[in-house]
Amino acid sequence: MASAAANHEAHPAGLKRWLFTTNHKDIGTMYLLFSLLMFFVAGSFAMVIRAELFSPGMQIVQPYFFNELTTMHGLVMIFGAIMPGFVGFANWLIPMMIGAPDMALPRLNNWSFWILPFAFTLMLSSFFMPGGAPGTGWTMYAPLSIQAGIGMDFVIFSIHLLGISSVLGAINIIVTILNMRAPGMTLMKMPMFVWTWLITAFLLVAVMPVLAGTVTMVLMDRHFGTHFFDAAGGGDPVLYQHLFWFFGHPEVYIMILPAFGIISQIIPTFSRKPLFGYESMVYATASIAFLSFIVWGHHMFTVGMPAPAEMFFMYSTMLIAVPTGVKIFNWVATMWRGSLSFETPMLFAIGFLVMFTIGGLSGLMLAIVPADFQYHNTYFVVAHFHYVLFSGAAMAMMGGCYYWLPKWTGHMYNETLGKWHFWLTTIFFNVTFFPMHFLGLAGMPRRIPDYALQFTDLNRVASIGAFGLGLTQLLWVYVVYQTVKGGKKAASKVWDGAEGLEWTLTSPPPYHSFATAPVIE
Amino acid sequence: MSAAHDHYYLPNPSPWPLIASTGLFTLALGTALTINDLGAGPWLLLVGAVIVAYMMTRWFGQVIAESEGAAYNEQVDTSFRMGMAWFIFSEVMFFAAFFGALFFERHFSIHWIAEDHLLWPGFRAVWPTSGPKGAAFTPMNPWGIPAINTLILLTSGATVTWAHWGLLKNNRAQLIVGLILTILLGISFLTLQAHEYYLAYTHFGLTLKAGVYGATFFMLTGFHGLHVTIGTIMLIVMLIRSIKGHFRPDHHFAFEAVSWYWHFVDVVWLALFILVYWL
Repeated sequence: MASAAANHEAHPAGLKRWLFTTNHKDIGTMYLLFSLLMFFVAGSFAMVIRAELFSPGMQIVQPYFFNELTTMHGLVMIFGAIMPGFVGFANWLIPMMIGAPDMALPRLNNWSFWILPFAFTLMLSSFFMPGGAPGTGWTMYAPLSIQAGIGMDFVIFSIHLLGISSVLGAINIIVTILNMRAPGMTLMKMPMFVWTWLITAFLLVAVMPVLAGTVTMVLMDRHFGTHFFDAAGGGDPVLYQHLFWFFGHPEVYIMILPAFGIISQIIPTFSRKPLFGYESMVYATASIAFLSFIVWGHHMFTVGMPAPAEMFFMYSTMLIAVPTGVKIFNWVATMWRGSLSFETPMLFAIGFLVMFTIGGLSGLMLAIVPADFQYHNTYFVVAHFHYVLFSGAAMAMMGGCYYWLPKWTGHMYNETLGKWHFWLTTIFFNVTFFPMHFLGLAGMPRRIPDYALQFTDLNRVASIGAFGLGLTQLLWVYVVYQTVKGGKKAASKVWDGAEGLEWTLTSPPPYHSFATAPVIE
Repeated sequence: MSAAHDHYYLPNPSPWPLIASTGLFTLALGTALTINDLGAGPWLLLVGAVIVAYMMTRWFGQVIAESEGAAYNEQVDTSFRMGMAWFIFSEVMFFAAFFGALFFERHFSIHWIAEDHLLWPGFRAVWPTSGPKGAAFTPMNPWGIPAINTLILLTSGATVTWAHWGLLKNNRAQLIVGLILTILLGISFLTLQAHEYYLAYTHFGLTLKAGVYGATFFMLTGFHGLHVTIGTIMLIVMLIRSIKGHFRPDHHFAFEAVSWYWHFVDVVWLALFILVYWL
């Protein structure tokens, strides 16, 4: 016990504090800042993509480089921005919410983080390899990924590293939740955010190893003469798609369940009512996780699956609308007759509710096999997943950022600028992505740097929206910077309607959250 | 969440996570360059492997010292146990990807290839196969080396449990003998498997390049063999620690973790024997 009990506030200063830390708040901060950095890196790729698509014909980049950018935009946003962002929230909040001093395995926690900068160095360095970064799209379908240049090997190994990071991080979160709760904090008393992360972590442990195995097969086919994805040796490129989407669909929920958790914390606070239907929320989350394992085929309806398989994947996919509908209903019912106020986090939560539902409904359209044959590989799909990933996952994180930033920094953020950030983001987001629905339905294919003339107007609108959306995020960085530097002192209970253990701690909280376990009634 | 809420264990800041990440990065970069015949690849690979090995020795060494120094309470022990159990679950899913590939190629893809008379005329979907353009090979006879290896691994599962009983009864001799037997059985398994690979490459034409059968055969048995190797190294560490007098009947998480891992490797082998060699 040499280290622990002595002084809970003691920690090394300077760079060493961050390099060697075993503290969940320091690690959470590093995760969040890294995620923000990757958000801008991948976002800048999107800016170049939209600049190229501002006009038909080839303008500013070579077609192959365009493909590299679409690939890296996807990979970096998913593995670099969204997933680490949510892990940052988990690190900061789970120990505080369950009444623990820290995560269960603090050194492992630091390792999970420090793998990331190295993994993305490897991944992004593929741009500078002979042949450049892979131009396969983030899905890395065989046989294209088998034929790609050296950059593909860099991406494969970086995915191995990211897999190690995710699995170790997820194990840590599961163990923390199951083993570190304060006495009296039963599972069904845990805040929804903790529940959603418990289930997300389970999904991570279950599917990241499958992705690792899949890219290993690609590596073997590329360099060691195996025929996993080559029909000449009895293999099948379609096998790649099955394996990838067996990972890929749970991955979609890995990126949205923690967002559900954040929204489930924000809406009750600003409605000044407890979450409506807490238990049904837990069961709905678990059902979504279960269903995520049996719907992967809907990503590959057009590949030529047997008709019974298409039917199965169609109906199982549509079934997901039921637990998701339960969640949307519960959030709306929480607000019903609540004493509502509209601070920035609440604005983001309501924006999430509306726009995520649009994304959910376009997902339902895509689930229908005959309709999907038309929508597949068009901008309709791009519109759909940006509604669930940007206005879903990313905006939930922005809302969560404003909600807990006063707790984390001890300062109130600038409410006016926060509201500006919300409205500009929401408007520019819709200007960017709503027209993509029409482009897709009219037949514009995704991942192509050029397009037919009749798509010009809507592409111009989308590009202007994208530039606005990108610039608006600089405002967010400014607000966060301002809040970290100073501002009105935040009380322990930042929001008068907030419930939960994190609001019983000072703002900012002590270095180790609960040195002695709090008592929960 | 039973015990020790009055004092939590919080480890001090540690350099090992950062060193581990550096090692993994060097290893990955070295491998990527080596397989493309580029520059300093093999050297980087070597440096990476050395860093990782050194890191593991020191990091585990520190945890062992803390454990033997009675720094851990019951809650830490439970955290370690849960962590190991979930880690093994992630390993199960890793193997599931390769078993899934085997199932899909055997039951779907080769039949679809055979139905396509225009692209691949004359190909018949019979397992095992190396596909329409693959070289001829002879599959492994399950009742030779593989059956012996099954017996060896099952016996080793029993000896490691016997060693565990020794530890629980505080019978140090039984613990040490049980571990030595398990390690010897593990090494015998690996030796026989190496011999089997040698025969496959030199006599049976069964190589990584022998179509889907060769690919799934070598990837599944290869990754399993790698896990047996890791398990054997872990058992050797347990043996050294047992000889040094580590572990008590009520305090031996590391030993149990290694035995869980060993049983997991055993179960994967049974699945391999049935699905890869036998059926």
